[in-house]
Amino acid sequence: MPAPVATMDVRHPRPHVAVIDIGGEVTSHCEDVLMGAYEDASTSGIKGIVLNFTGLDYMNSGGIGMLVTLLVRANRNKQKLAACGLTPHYQQIFELTRLDEAIALHDDEAAAVAAV
Amino acid sequence: MNVHDESNWASKVERLEVSDELAGAGFNIAGKRVAGAQQGFGRLWQRRYSIDLGSELTPERVVADWKQRFATYWPEGATFHVALTGLQPGAVSPIAIASGAPGLTLSTGILVLYMDDTSFTFMCPEGHMFAGWITFGAEEGPTGSTVADVKILIRTSDPLYELGWPVMKAKEDAFWSATLVNLATDHGVTGVAVVETTSCVDRKRLWHNWTNVRHNSGVRSAWHTVTTPFRSARA
Repeated sequence: MPAPVATMDVRHPRPHVAVIDIGGEVTSHCEDVLMGAYEDASTSGIKGIVLNFTGLDYMNSGGIGMLVTLLVRANRNKQKLAACGLTPHYQQIFELTRLDEAIALHDDEAAAVAAV
Repeated sequence: MNVHDESNWASKVERLEVSDELAGAGFNIAGKRVAGAQQGFGRLWQRRYSIDLGSELTPERVVADWKQRFATYWPEGATFHVALTGLQPGAVSPIAIASGAPGLTLSTGILVLYMDDTSFTFMCPEGHMFAGWITFGAEEGPTGSTVADVKILIRTSDPLYELGWPVMKAKEDAFWSATLVNLATDHGVTGVAVVETTSCVDRKRLWHNWTNVRHNSGVRSAWHTVTTPFRSARA
C-alpha cells in the first residue's frame, strides 16, 4: 500500500504568527513532513501557530498522536497552538480525544490567528 | 471497511458506558471520561513493539485475525472483556489484570477509538495506569514481509502510577512481547524475536493533573475488593 500523501505549507500572515496549511492524508507516515513544516514555521520568534485543516482529506489515529507530539514541541518553545478548518466530523474527533483542550479550535483562520 | 470511512472512528462520548453484560467487570470505568496524553501526569513515552511475521500473511489478514481473537492473544493473568457486539469503534471493554497482590485484581478498561483494515486504536479512560493511546497494526516492511506492531503513546495517569513506572515498564515489555509472540504463533510463525523501541517525547510532568490520583484504578480496585463483603451483605 503506498504511503499516504500529505502537504504542509507554511505562511506568515502576521508577525510572530505562522499558519501551516495541512492537506491530504494525515497519518503517522507524514510525521517528517509535519515536523519539517513546524521547523519552517518556528523561525524568527514565532509565538503562535495555526494548523489550518481546510485541505484535510483524512486523518487516522496515528495523525492524532502526531499532533500530540507537535503540541509538546510547541509547549516547549512556549508557542500557542490553534486549529481551524476542521469539518464537524474531525471537530468531534478532537473533542472525543480531548485534543481540543490543548489545541483551541476556531471556526476560521482569522479567528485562530487572532487568538494565538 | 474503507480506510477513509468516517465510521472508522468512535462517536463522541462524554462519559463511558459499559454494556449490561459487562457491567460487573466495568465498575471502574463506567461514567469515566477518556484521557489522552495531555490529560495524564507523567513523562510522555512513545513505545513500539514489533514482530516480523514473514511474507506469507498480508497486513489485512493479520489485523482481521487480531481484532477477531484479540483477547485470546493476551498472556495469562489478564482478561480482556469483549461486548457481545464485538470489537468495533466506540466499544468499551473492561480489563482485569492480576495485580501481584493476593486476591487483588486491577480493574480498568479501554474505549475502541479507531479501526481500519490495517490498524486499530484504544484510548485509556480516567484512572487507567496510562493516559493516551495504543495502536495495534500490521504493515509491509521494507523487505516485503509483514510486520505486526503495538505502538503506544502514553503518560502515566497520576503521581502514584508515575512512581511505579519502572515496574510497569518492565511488565508492559513482558506483556506486549508475549502478546505478539502469541499472535505470531497463532499464524504459524515461531522463533521470531520481538523488537522494542522506546523514546521519551516529553520529560516534563504535567503537575496540574496530579489530582488524577482520585481516579486511580489500583486504589479503587483495592477499595472495591475490601468492601465487597459489605456490599454482598447489603444486597
